[in-house]
Amino acid sequence: MTDDRAYPDEPAGPFPEPPTTLTDREERPITVRRYDETLDREALEAMYNAFDPADRAQGIPPTGEKRIADWLDTITGEETVNVVANHDNAVVGHATLVPDGEVTAELAIFVLQDYQGAGIGTTLLETLLGAGKKTGIERVWLTVERWNDPAISLYEKVGFAPSDTESFEHEMTIKLA
Amino acid sequence: MKLLLGIGGSDDSMRALERAVDRAVETGDDLTVAILRNPATNADPAEIEDRVRAVLDDAGMEATIRHLEGDPGSRLVELAEGEGFDRIVLGGGETSPMGKIKLGSIAEFVLLNSHVSVTLVR
Repeated sequence: MTDDRAYPDEPAGPFPEPPTTLTDREERPITVRRYDETLDREALEAMYNAFDPADRAQGIPPTGEKRIADWLDTITGEETVNVVANHDNAVVGHATLVPDGEVTAELAIFVLQDYQGAGIGTTLLETLLGAGKKTGIERVWLTVERWNDPAISLYEKVGFAPSDTESFEHEMTIKLA
Repeated sequence: MKLLLGIGGSDDSMRALERAVDRAVETGDDLTVAILRNPATNADPAEIEDRVRAVLDDAGMEATIRHLEGDPGSRLVELAEGEGFDRIVLGGGETSPMGKIKLGSIAEFVLLNSHVSVTLVR
């Protein structure tokens, strides 16, 4: 697939590689690490089954156990990069890179409602980018609904720049290498 | 009902065609297919017409086929409003590798500008 998106000239970073830890603004200890299918699949499904549909973006996460399971099969499949944020034994945040070219990937991130606004998203995002770079991903893009200011600010903070703001969805890109 | 289907050769527009034809066979709706110049696909209008005719023949259905030159969204809305169509039917967008739905530029324009009801086929 050809990639005709505009990317920043300079690579962003450096970004931490997983595992990383933080204490969030509610004093909860959070660990961010690579997703492990055997260990984490059930907890990840539980997170998305509990996810408030009001926070869906462009149709994801889907709703219903079957659709969620099918979607997770796709985004945790071969060549993808996934990190999860754990609190106690629950998955409370998840970020993913799904390749659409040799060194290019699309990014998405979700944090469970009770854990939003606590600083988890930043660490989750930075750790995902660190993991992505390590596996050879050089360019990352995403789309975000143009009215979603908190998300756009978060992406800008870690180094994403707008690449297409003409349509309903704002497209942003970052270069890792 | 008088339906106007806009098609520019993208995958989602081809799906919309198939679904609209299937449905029109059941309901007896009057279908007009408008072949558009979608800058995102650069598809050859004659090739699109061949594909449209093949789908119609398979379904044993008749439909009027029109070609719209120029800006696809505005020409489609103009036609729908000017000739008394009840509904515009369009492809509902492509899905990214992540599973995110992305509306096409024609659908965006039509949704925001049409006074005629719009159906996006998913």
